[in-house]
Amino acid sequence: MTEARQERAPGDRPSREMHASAPSEFLVYTIGLVVAVLLTATSFWTANTTLLWPGGVFLGLAVLAIAQMGIHLVFFLHISSGPESTNNVLALAFGALIVFVVIAGTMWIVADMNINMMMPSGAPMSMQMQQ
Amino acid sequence: MNLLGKLDWNAIPLHEPIIMGATGFMVLVVVVVLGFVTAKGAWLYLWREWLTSVDHKRIGAMYCILALVMMLRGFSDAIMIRAQQALAAGGAQGYLPPEHFNQIFSAHGTIMILFMAMPFVVGLMNFAVPLQLGVRDVAFPTLNSVSFWLTASGALLVNISLAVGEFSKATWWGYPPLSEMQYSPGVGVDYYLWSLQISGIGTLLAGINFVTTILKLRAPGMSYMRMPVFCWTALAANLLIVAAFPVLTATLAMLALDRYLGFHFFTLGGQGNQMLYSNLFWVWGHPEVYILILPAFGVFSEVMATFSGKPLFGYRSMVAATMTICILSFLVWLHHFFTMGASANVNGFFGVMSMIIALPTGAKVFNWLFTMYGGRVRLSVPVLWSIGFMVTFVIGGMTGVLMAVPPADFQLHNSVFLVAHFHNVAIGGVVFGVMAGYNYWFPKAFGFKLDERWGKASFWCWLVGFYVAFMPLYVLGLMGMTRRMQHYDNLSWQPWLIAAAFGTAIILVGVVCQVVQLVVSIRNREELSDVTGDPWNGRTLEWATASPPPAWNFAFQPKVAGLDAFWSSKYRAQATKDEPTPTCKYEPVEMPKNSATGFVTAFFAVVIGFALIWHIWWLASVGVFGAFLTLLAFSFRRHNEIEVPAEEIARFVRSHQAGVAA
Repeated sequence: MTEARQERAPGDRPSREMHASAPSEFLVYTIGLVVAVLLTATSFWTANTTLLWPGGVFLGLAVLAIAQMGIHLVFFLHISSGPESTNNVLALAFGALIVFVVIAGTMWIVADMNINMMMPSGAPMSMQMQQ
Repeated sequence: MNLLGKLDWNAIPLHEPIIMGATGFMVLVVVVVLGFVTAKGAWLYLWREWLTSVDHKRIGAMYCILALVMMLRGFSDAIMIRAQQALAAGGAQGYLPPEHFNQIFSAHGTIMILFMAMPFVVGLMNFAVPLQLGVRDVAFPTLNSVSFWLTASGALLVNISLAVGEFSKATWWGYPPLSEMQYSPGVGVDYYLWSLQISGIGTLLAGINFVTTILKLRAPGMSYMRMPVFCWTALAANLLIVAAFPVLTATLAMLALDRYLGFHFFTLGGQGNQMLYSNLFWVWGHPEVYILILPAFGVFSEVMATFSGKPLFGYRSMVAATMTICILSFLVWLHHFFTMGASANVNGFFGVMSMIIALPTGAKVFNWLFTMYGGRVRLSVPVLWSIGFMVTFVIGGMTGVLMAVPPADFQLHNSVFLVAHFHNVAIGGVVFGVMAGYNYWFPKAFGFKLDERWGKASFWCWLVGFYVAFMPLYVLGLMGMTRRMQHYDNLSWQPWLIAAAFGTAIILVGVVCQVVQLVVSIRNREELSDVTGDPWNGRTLEWATASPPPAWNFAFQPKVAGLDAFWSSKYRAQATKDEPTPTCKYEPVEMPKNSATGFVTAFFAVVIGFALIWHIWWLASVGVFGAFLTLLAFSFRRHNEIEVPAEEIARFVRSHQAGVAA
């Protein structure tokens, strides 16, 4: 924790100098929109193209999707590496961690139980069969 | 088409003397209270100063009152369970039929967790956190009022279920397929669903409000590492609320879709997966227990430091332990269903994680012990609750670590050993914690202390009663008794259950002592009054202002230069013999205006909930429309704040200082 952040009173508006040096809001949103549209268009192209190795299409789409999330966070939700967005970045990291834990944990648990529910013959012990 | 859906006169259980007796008593209490308010002509006062108040202190007090009332309700359920189990052995059937017994233990769990412990903890945070942070209110005052009234709506629906219809018989976690339409066709599960959904939204809003308040609105100079530990634990608990409550809402919404629209998320047939419900429920359910216990840990930290006259031992390790628990609490949920059939790898992982979470908790216990060590501990009521907590909670924690071992859990799962364990941590941790907080902050909230003698009597009855009531359950669990038994044939269990019922009777004496303590204290408020605003020689900022604090909390925004801000400023002032009269001028303060939004929204929420429970679709639409109009009216409000003139603040400070000097 830097000293600079400690001395910043919470709820303070960013100073006038910080405002002056920042790019205008219009420009930020325009750049964001252009990049987002570009990424979307690329995704559509990737999904339909025959130029790529078919196995790579899935990977490409995943990369483009993650890049899209990043663009939204930076240009539309104004997440930055500056001190004024520490709270937002930490909240985002906490949220991502919890979502990961819940989804990965649930998939692990339920898949594991699914395997354990298999009958020795390999057929799933379906509950419907008992009804 | 039936205008009243499933509702008719058969919904009121007129043939059940016990239920009608309880209903009659409840109606009587409501009539007496309403009559009292009318006789005093206090309706306008009540409406202006409390029901529409957005002051965090008033809302906090209302949360605590709600919790105390619901505690009486949940505790009467507990007495009935214990009495039934003490009686119904062998040939005897007891006095409760199975379907009523099932409702009682379901209501007991639901009320105690969601409508007693939750409101109490949120109420204490509401009252103390903004004062400790040195600010004038929470970040969103009207939202705070909405949160409270939505929680109260949920509690009201649970109480309505006593008189109209029935409550869930499917336990407080409502596992399908039992809670599905096929096996629970009545309205009980619907009461459970909608009361939890409505109060859950209220809790989620409160969580957002407090995270924002703590992160954004601290007094100048109060960096994170200068926040009181209670604020840290409140931050962790509210982060958990924000992360966990949406899971509960989504899970219950899926169950509602199953019940109302014939979906198959958790049904037996149609590819439903009821195990997923258990999984998702405990994804919320385990963080939930830490949402309750972390603020209690915060209360103990404040109480221990104040009454030992020492700074808290290991502040940094306390903060680290709190935040570690905050993360780890999301990694242990499977230990609620080790026996569901996962493989040893899965059970092993979650077992080890459950054991690891005992480490930061253990570190905290040592910190409290070292805080007391070498201090001049005043054995006041809050300290008694804290010491009682340390002894009791350590025992509960030990049995918890024992059950975190999957093979041991296979023996103990669903036995009353488990019941004993979680009451050991819930009563010994959460209840003792909120009682310590109630006794600790009461003089701040109302300007007079609670009676010590009755407080001590209440504590000792609770402590002794707890051990007499729950230690037999550990034995019974090892003897093989399962939980939720309306009747049993094994006569060797009965002496232990009679002992447990006797323990509950001792706790009842403790509860009566608490009520008496409150009445006696109000009657003797002149002798017990505290004009200094600092009755305990406190350390944190809430003691720097008058008791009860004015609506604006602090005439000047406090400047914080270190931990225990008020303590250090007191001793600086003493050293320099400075007069506390400030040299700067008083300035007018902008305060948020009262708003009926919370109350009106909650009214419509009750309408929506009741209509959905009884399938009265037109009424539900009226409720949704009304709630929407309320929101619209609020968003068109032009003036959100009123200005408190500087003279009024100056007058208040002068009269307070005159009171201190006298």
